[in-house]
Amino acid sequence: MNYETVIGLEVHVELLTDSKLFCSCPNSFGKIPNSLTCPICMGLPGALPSLNRRAVEYAIRTGLALGGTINPISIMDRKNYFYPDLPKSYQISQLYFPICLGGAVDIGEKSIRIHELHLEEDAGKLIHDDSAGRTFVDYNRCGVPLIEIVTEPDIRSGDEAVRFLDNLRRTLKFIGVSDCKIEEGSMRVDVNLSVRKLGSDKLGTRTEMKNLSSFKAVSKAVEYESARQQTLIENGEIVVMETRRWDENKCVTIGMRPKEEAYQYKYFPDPDIEPIVTNEAYLTEVRSDMCELPSVLKRKMIEEDGLPEYDSDILTSEPFLAELYKVTRDITESAKDSSNWILTEFLKLWCNESDWNSMRKESLGELIVLVNSGKISRQTGKEVLVRIYEDKVIPAEYVEENKLAMITDAEIIGKAVQNVIEQNPRSYAEYMEGNKKNFGFLMGQTVRALENRGDPSVIREVLSSYLDRGTFE
Amino acid sequence: MNSISSEDRVIRAIADIDRYSDYNAVTSVFSDVEERAREVDCRIKAGIIKGRLAGMPIVIKDNICVKGEITSAGSAILKNFVSPYNATVIDRIIEAGLIPVAHTNMDEFAMGSTSETSCYGPVHNPLDFNRSAGGSSGGSAACVKLGITPLALGSDTGGSVRLPASYCGLYGLKPTYGSVSRYGLIAYCSSMDQIGIIGSDVRDISELFEIIAEQKKQEVYSISGGVRVAALAGFDKRYDEFLSLIAPMVASTETVELQTLKYAVPSYYVIATAEASSNLARYDGIRYGLKGNSTEQVRTEGFGTEVKRRIMLGNFVLSHGYYDRYYQKACNVRRIIKDEITKLFEKYDVLILPTSSEGAPLLGDSLDNPLEMYKSDVYTVLANLTGCPCITIPCGKDKNGMPLGLQIMGRHNEENLLLALAECYQSRRASYEL
Repeated sequence: MNYETVIGLEVHVELLTDSKLFCSCPNSFGKIPNSLTCPICMGLPGALPSLNRRAVEYAIRTGLALGGTINPISIMDRKNYFYPDLPKSYQISQLYFPICLGGAVDIGEKSIRIHELHLEEDAGKLIHDDSAGRTFVDYNRCGVPLIEIVTEPDIRSGDEAVRFLDNLRRTLKFIGVSDCKIEEGSMRVDVNLSVRKLGSDKLGTRTEMKNLSSFKAVSKAVEYESARQQTLIENGEIVVMETRRWDENKCVTIGMRPKEEAYQYKYFPDPDIEPIVTNEAYLTEVRSDMCELPSVLKRKMIEEDGLPEYDSDILTSEPFLAELYKVTRDITESAKDSSNWILTEFLKLWCNESDWNSMRKESLGELIVLVNSGKISRQTGKEVLVRIYEDKVIPAEYVEENKLAMITDAEIIGKAVQNVIEQNPRSYAEYMEGNKKNFGFLMGQTVRALENRGDPSVIREVLSSYLDRGTFE
Repeated sequence: MNSISSEDRVIRAIADIDRYSDYNAVTSVFSDVEERAREVDCRIKAGIIKGRLAGMPIVIKDNICVKGEITSAGSAILKNFVSPYNATVIDRIIEAGLIPVAHTNMDEFAMGSTSETSCYGPVHNPLDFNRSAGGSSGGSAACVKLGITPLALGSDTGGSVRLPASYCGLYGLKPTYGSVSRYGLIAYCSSMDQIGIIGSDVRDISELFEIIAEQKKQEVYSISGGVRVAALAGFDKRYDEFLSLIAPMVASTETVELQTLKYAVPSYYVIATAEASSNLARYDGIRYGLKGNSTEQVRTEGFGTEVKRRIMLGNFVLSHGYYDRYYQKACNVRRIIKDEITKLFEKYDVLILPTSSEGAPLLGDSLDNPLEMYKSDVYTVLANLTGCPCITIPCGKDKNGMPLGLQIMGRHNEENLLLALAECYQSRRASYEL
């Protein structure tokens, strides 16, 4: 029997605002527990929220980037439940009138529809001390602005899920609303999955998987859970609607708690927060502030710059790479050279993303121009790049100061050739006897003698004229 | 009038709190009040602050957060909660030179009409010790009536400023919803909670309102054409004294019926309990307040019967399957009531109606019959459902000789007209009980 896997995702993304969603506490990660709190995010008696307009703007920007429809009136609701990490015992979220409805993310041959996008606050974090049998609460994350993006059940495999997430991540990073670090929890993915017999249009009973801390985990969990459900059905057993946790080490999903279809969250509009009202003028403003989306950039790189799909894919994987490419291409006027240098030389050195910020973006383009114009050799270029990486040198200045410019003077090169021939009489003799292969050896020796700074085309010319005619003329 | 120093006035207020402790009007006296009064005296002398309220002691309802002081909303669950911050109104009044001296007793979380649901026990009416001072701001009203302070801050979600003011023969203002910041007011029903003022002199109330209002006073309301008064049908006798005294300001008076009035109490209690169930969910014993072995234990021991009843009701009306039938319906009804009132104010400038049908009840009478207590809020909840400003003035007596109140309700942000009418009434009134 053939089965089809049906997947819908719920993706939580932390927004990169300076302050939290309802108070002026800094929105930042990895600080001393409970140091970033105030009466509002601690839910003290009498404290009231005031909505962070920037967070609303980011949510709207995301909605627009995903091609959704922004609700002209959007309302914050209270989701009521007790949990120690939730100081007000309700989460301010959205149910009835979310910020945005619809939209889609393209994953190549198909498009994954977005059901809705809403704005909500994050909860705190429980820290379990197993040795002491105690649990601590860190409320720093309380009130951090989140958007939740819910897809339609359009995804059919782990691979599609990963492609969706990757494209979503790119878009959110490019429009600057989130850093989408799945490992640090600024992007969190819940997978809703069911299986059904191929051809059936009825959805099977679904489970929800949590604790997926990488794209790889998403893919593996989908594979595992899909197989698990198929086996159950094959054996005549039933799939229980429940929340399951992905165990990274054992590579299995484990049931956590049954999920009641109608869990009582007792949602109602939060009377403390005015409805969010947007008009066309505001949306136009948000749209005009938005950069080009990675999908558009990628298409342009392929169609206008003639780059291969592979190159454009990597260059649009991070906003910095796309920006570096653009700057480099504008300086060098060569798309392919720019792409090649970034993909091979640049990424070899700058493999750590945290180093990118300190990079002077013009340096790479200037370096390529030095190489392309014959001022320095490609090999020297690579060495200068290391200096750019380590010492932040300016290419032209560094080349000048260290006299790295390429030797094109035929006289200097001629002397070097002469020396090489004198030091390698045997090779020279063999060549003259007809062993033309030795040209390469003599060429290499000359390059080395000139410490890689000789212009290869001049060396070739000088060497061959000497060998063929015994003269430098 | 500033001949008596603020320090002396504060010392006298503290002594009075002690003297009248039997009335159970105060839950806690603030620390360092005399020192603060001395500072205020210096600021007054230096001319930094002036005005009739500068240097005046004031009492604060126990649900308005005062930094460094126990703010318990009359509940055992918060009996040890020391607020780390000031409510916005507290900052405002301190800046204006008033000196908050004590927190006043109240119905637990402002849920009640008689100040009997407090974990500190009931407040006694200064006019009759066996009767209620009204609620939920009963302690605030009693303090003013006892002369402890000329003014008190209260909160009014369904009549909690106006009812105790009228039971004690005082003036009580519930401003327009949102006109006074409720930041730092412990929430009961967020969409109706409103900080208000109780006083024996309308001029003090006007002055204090200007200090605590978010928007500065608008132009003095033009009454050159005379005020068009709508009087709720059925209480003609009770309006006589008021209408005769304010006659010079009145252009016309007409009796009106309100089609939606009978829906006011049901919709109020559905909405208020719904919001309360969520607002009070944060008291879980984890971060502050009463501690215990579990959230269940803390809430079982920390909340009183009336609060539990409203939490249960609120959870019910928000539950799956009942949301549309109760909560959503109540919200729809509220809109219909608002529409009727908006229409009314197209033809009239103010609506007058009784604050309550009877004067202060005997203590203990209403506890056994919550439904009767809810029903008694019929005239006051109208202003909360619609967000309209409303002032209660002492007017008439009931069969037991207890004072009755009359409400003047107006359009949003037209407190000035209400205050002008009340002030006219007060100054022309031959005599009224102090």
